[in-house]
Amino acid sequence: MVDIIEIIYLFILIVCSVAAVRMKDLLSSTVVLGAYSLVMAIIWMDLNAVDVAFTEASVGAGITTVLIIAALSRTTRGEYVPGIEERYKTRKARRLKNGALFIVTLCTFGVLVYGTMDMPNFGDPDAPARHHVADRYIEKSHEEVYVENFVTAILASYRGYDTLGETSVIFTAGVALMMLLRRSKS
Amino acid sequence: MNEHVIVQTISKILIPFIQLYALYVLAHGELGPGGGFQAGAIFGASIVLYVLAFGMKSAKLRFKSKVFDFLTSAGVFIFATVGVLCMIAGGAFLQYSSLPLPTKKLASGIGIYGIEIGVFITVTAVLVTIFFETAEQDDD
Repeated sequence: MVDIIEIIYLFILIVCSVAAVRMKDLLSSTVVLGAYSLVMAIIWMDLNAVDVAFTEASVGAGITTVLIIAALSRTTRGEYVPGIEERYKTRKARRLKNGALFIVTLCTFGVLVYGTMDMPNFGDPDAPARHHVADRYIEKSHEEVYVENFVTAILASYRGYDTLGETSVIFTAGVALMMLLRRSKS
Repeated sequence: MNEHVIVQTISKILIPFIQLYALYVLAHGELGPGGGFQAGAIFGASIVLYVLAFGMKSAKLRFKSKVFDFLTSAGVFIFATVGVLCMIAGGAFLQYSSLPLPTKKLASGIGIYGIEIGVFITVTAVLVTIFFETAEQDDD
């Protein structure tokens, strides 16, 4: 059963995403995206996914915002806005493009809504996704990994290779950035 | 420099607590929510806060980028080393309970701490490096 407060959270998410796309000032967009992440963290908290909520709040709302602002300091703050003459000249092409985009979006929306019809109810304990490997993790992780928090048990032990790969990805990103941005300075 | 006196004072008070909290999140990952990744993000954020409050010049004096270059690879190295140590002790790669310690629970706990510390170091160093490199040009 979906509570009224959850509908409010999801509504705030939609408002935030539309606002972030529509705003011309990219700094404001970034701040709105930070608010989006914070509301998303509250929703994860509501779904009892505490670890995900923690990551969303620290990485999504905290670090990502700062890094995007740092990137903005290297580029420009305002989005490119065409003048009135240019807009008048390109109005037919723009209308055609917007119409096509609207139809594509509508079709995608319809497919997604159709897809949700087969999905189990929100919070259904008998949903297949909750019984594939989750039962084993919940019942056996304490005996097999000897750790109280089974999210940590999954990340560190059952999916240890994945975590190593994840760390390598972060490492690769850092090294790539050093190679790209440091060379241009000297 | 002097017009930032409120920001600088508040940052000076807050940064140690943020870093202590990051270490708490790292150490408490076994029992509650958290772990190396989140702790690294919070610790990186504390250094970013320092840069924002005190400017890039004084931050460059305090945090050498060579140290962070070293730490970036050291974290992945620690992670992989824990895995290889498990193999040397006779288990599979990253099979912590095979580490030669009195109880399997202790071995598992120490192994998981090892990899969490590896993740923590890499995430912190990479986040700080990204911020230093992208926000380089505007000094005050």
